[in-house]
Amino acid sequence: MLLIRCPYCEEERPELEFRHAGEAHVVRSSDMAEISDEAFEQFFFIRSNPKGIVFERWRHLHGCARFFNAARDTVSDRFLATYKAGEPKPDVSKFAADAGPAAYANVPPAELNDREGGAKQ
Amino acid sequence: MTQPFRIPGAGRLTPAKIARFTFDGKAYTGLEGDTLASALLANGVHLVGRSFKYHRPRGFLSAGAEEPNALVEISRDATRRTPNVRATVQELYDGLAAQSQNRWPSLGFDVGAVNNLLSPFLSAGFYYKTFMWPKAAWKRLYEPNIRAAAGLGVAPEEADPDHYAARFAHCDVLVVGGGAAGLAAALAAAETGVRVILCDEQPEFGGALRYESGARIEGLDGYSWARQAVEKLAAMDNVRLLTRTTAFGYYAQNFVGLTERVTDHLASPGKAPRERLWQVRAARVVLATGAIERHMVFADNDRPGVMLASAARAFLNEYGVAVGRTIGVYTANDSAYAAAIDLKKAGVDIAAIVDLRDDPSGPLVEQARSLGIEVNPGRAVVGVGGRQRVSSMIVQPTGGGGKRTIPIDALLVSAGWTPSVHLFSQSRGKVAFDAGSQRFLPGLYAQDCRSVGACNGTDGLAETLNEAFAAGEAAAKATLGETSAGGGGNAPKVDASEDWAGGMLGSAPGAGADTTVKAFVDFQNDVTAKDIRQAVREGMRSIEHVKRFTTNGMATDQGKTSNMHGLAIAAETLGKEIPEVGLTTFRAPYTPVTFGAIVNHARHELFDPTRRTATHGWAEAHGAVFEDVGQWKRAWYFPRPGEDMHAAVNRECVTVRRSAGLFDASTLGKIEVVGPDAAAFMELIYTNPWQKLEPGRCRYGIMLREDGFIYDDGVVGRLSDDRFHVTTTTGGAARVMNHMEDYLQTEFPHLNVWLTSISEQWAVIAVQGPKSRDILAPLVEGIDLSDAAMPHMSVREGSICGVPTRLFRMSFTGERGFEVNVPADYGQAVWEAIWAEGEKHGACAYGTEAMHVLRAEKGYIIVGQDTDGTVTPNDAGLDWAVGKKKTDFVGIRGLKRPDLLAPGRKQLVGLKTVDPKVVLEEGAQIVQDPNQPIPMKMIGHVTSSYWSENCGRSIAMAVVAGGHGRLGETLHVPMPDGSIAVEIVSAVFFDETGERLHG
Ligand SMILES: [Zn+2]
Repeated sequence: MLLIRCPYCEEERPELEFRHAGEAHVVRSSDMAEISDEAFEQFFFIRSNPKGIVFERWRHLHGCARFFNAARDTVSDRFLATYKAGEPKPDVSKFAADAGPAAYANVPPAELNDREGGAKQ
Repeated sequence: MTQPFRIPGAGRLTPAKIARFTFDGKAYTGLEGDTLASALLANGVHLVGRSFKYHRPRGFLSAGAEEPNALVEISRDATRRTPNVRATVQELYDGLAAQSQNRWPSLGFDVGAVNNLLSPFLSAGFYYKTFMWPKAAWKRLYEPNIRAAAGLGVAPEEADPDHYAARFAHCDVLVVGGGAAGLAAALAAAETGVRVILCDEQPEFGGALRYESGARIEGLDGYSWARQAVEKLAAMDNVRLLTRTTAFGYYAQNFVGLTERVTDHLASPGKAPRERLWQVRAARVVLATGAIERHMVFADNDRPGVMLASAARAFLNEYGVAVGRTIGVYTANDSAYAAAIDLKKAGVDIAAIVDLRDDPSGPLVEQARSLGIEVNPGRAVVGVGGRQRVSSMIVQPTGGGGKRTIPIDALLVSAGWTPSVHLFSQSRGKVAFDAGSQRFLPGLYAQDCRSVGACNGTDGLAETLNEAFAAGEAAAKATLGETSAGGGGNAPKVDASEDWAGGMLGSAPGAGADTTVKAFVDFQNDVTAKDIRQAVREGMRSIEHVKRFTTNGMATDQGKTSNMHGLAIAAETLGKEIPEVGLTTFRAPYTPVTFGAIVNHARHELFDPTRRTATHGWAEAHGAVFEDVGQWKRAWYFPRPGEDMHAAVNRECVTVRRSAGLFDASTLGKIEVVGPDAAAFMELIYTNPWQKLEPGRCRYGIMLREDGFIYDDGVVGRLSDDRFHVTTTTGGAARVMNHMEDYLQTEFPHLNVWLTSISEQWAVIAVQGPKSRDILAPLVEGIDLSDAAMPHMSVREGSICGVPTRLFRMSFTGERGFEVNVPADYGQAVWEAIWAEGEKHGACAYGTEAMHVLRAEKGYIIVGQDTDGTVTPNDAGLDWAVGKKKTDFVGIRGLKRPDLLAPGRKQLVGLKTVDPKVVLEEGAQIVQDPNQPIPMKMIGHVTSSYWSENCGRSIAMAVVAGGHGRLGETLHVPMPDGSIAVEIVSAVFFDETGERLHG
């Protein structure tokens, strides 16, 4: 069971309290009714599903009930960062340096999600 | 004499503490503290099982959790019957009853052993090859016969009567394994004051120190030191000691699952739980999981009496049991010598030690020689005599030459030790192959843990204690934010130890590449060296393919003794190095975990709660038959004496339209949408316009997903400018709330709106029918119920029976109707008051079935029944509910997709069977021409179908391609016993003008 840091509650809570809510940063147009078929296809059907760092939405359903965003490595399941809805995507390049499993081992669990913009140092 | 193989003065059990037990109905005695295995061996019983595939006689290979052969059934009573229990793990208690498995009619004479003769047809991959054709025969013939002939124990048929406990625990340092390394790590960590959990699968801490007679630590023998260490730990408040507790799974972020066996070793379990599941989150983990001895791979190495040298030693030094009278030893490393030495010293005859190595040397070898034990270096055991018990070993020089047969009654084998990297690997750590010692060892760590001792490839007791002590101290200090010198300086001092050098992988000489003998690699799945070579010859290159083709390592022991041998044989056959071939993945659980421990408290109501409405008790008292709707119990119909369901539903439907009916609608989802921007939010969530809906009025709302398909529906009342009372379908309550929250929080966060689920706050009593107002009028205060003051689709706040109410005038029946919302605690009292009034007017209580019929008579859809996630508002005939002037709502763009606008979509229509007595089957397919060849072109299906007593005929709703343009057409519903002709009609079957709604 993963520990996930809720950026609203500002603490790590067990995965049981959360629900996954699909890919993050999929922008709904402010002119929704008028977007092209292609734009709608991108918006509604196309998802990235990468091996590696994924940006995804979670909801702290059995907690504060807020939706938030997370950057997670789909290989290690490791959460690289969690941040509030509406905040910009963290810079992926900052994760690359410590994305390996060895780095994971060397980070105390309590600090795993506790990093500004991803990079600890 | 009982227990003829118990050696007086040996072991640590108390001779006076007798425990009686039975095996296959025969009575034996053992001692308290025995395992079932040691007790059987004390009685000279080696034959305890038949193998999985070939039904070969099998005995004990090990003395521990890695046991592949000695699986038995333990039964306390008819319901407490546990199959596949490892006899080497099961502790003896007085009255224990064990049965052998996988044999018929008896263990000594097993008909299935004919499989052994048929073995040329049962070789590797036989499942995939032999039984491929004909396909139907698999289900009918092959599978039942294979299952009956080859298998493990039989699962009990009755529900598990035991209960299981669960604990969540947090600690700073979790130490897995309580041998020398684990104890040292725990001592070091505990002394810093941090919270420590130490667990071990055995009934007692100590690990190999329980039998390793050559170890001396801090001036004590190894076992005594372990006892002292445990006493010290037990006296510390910050330490939790868990014996009989297996760490079975290592998950993300140092989350480790443990199962503690609480009562399986007790004669009278009493009220205690059978097992306790621990879910531990540890800041740091120290893995001290030790190593498992490997057997030697040679012809007929599975004969009862052939066992691991360390097992024989444990049986002797722990339990005082000799596994034979004249014992042979076949080894490739030194640790087996220690077993021979201990047995020799206990007075057991060691026939000979056969050592594959040409020039074994070292203290243990010298000691064996000095005790007069015959040592045969450079030789192999190439076969054994005996069938149900080994009777001799056939010894041959490794380079070939003359064979010599030596009579024995037990053969101890050791091919060396495999580090237990299971949990390390489960933690997603990457193992690395150490070519020098031919072992996979922990390499790259994925989590905050450290491996120490034998599981880390650390040989030597002193090195192990130093490493473990340093790791325990470093782990503890790290949680305190301190760094540790980590030298292990204060580690317990080792005075003497044994050197266990040596080892080999793969098949031994005599079971080499060109032989066809049965030299077993995996005992539990009956996989031989030949099978693995055959798999490679047949094209398997990856060890993962070899594993699945041969099933090597796929049994319940997960290849603890077999994986490395299998890998080495595959590598040799492929002509590759072991690391090039790779290691199969280690998966949880380390040893089998009971379903009881996993399911734990989550049974019955605690697994799936039952939700009951406020009027449940009343409905029960009035004879309601209930149906399950999700977790809800809903009154289905209220039969009166002599009525069947059909009669009851007919009466309820007629009564509602003639007089009135009461219906509990409390299960509907209810959400309060409040705030200055509430109307703006509603505009975005629903297809309908809301801004101009006046407070006090209601509207039927439709909610779409972005793709344009109907997601949910329900009546919404506007209580004031900034407050909407939304209702959802029963099943949609939670997901609609989530859907609304999602949009509010992430897409429309600029709106000042609050959403509150009020489903369980309000009980809802629907009063429907021409007499509904007359029934309510005497009870309601502060609300004018006249048609002029409170028309259809309006909502008022006032009180009923002195209780606050939100009173809706709305209808899901097509009759004048009200829905009385009252605080749930008053639900039954208000229901009873309304019921008393209703009875004066001949009203009835009606259930969900009548509700369904009544709404279908009016063509009202049920989302999820008449829609299936591909139905648009237009398809459902609800285009009127989509605000044409709106510039945005969820689904607005989806609705414009070409396929959603294309002609020929399936549209909701009514169906009337030409024969009015015929009631269609829901889900039945609809075709244009019933005489067309099969497969017919299906153009729609029936979504709802009922007998309507009010219409005096059957009625149905359906989705049909281009349905709205087909009114009046005759279509057909083909059924097994003939085709049913139907006419497409409007979906409104009753009161087509709708005047009854208005009173
Ligand atoms: Zn939260």
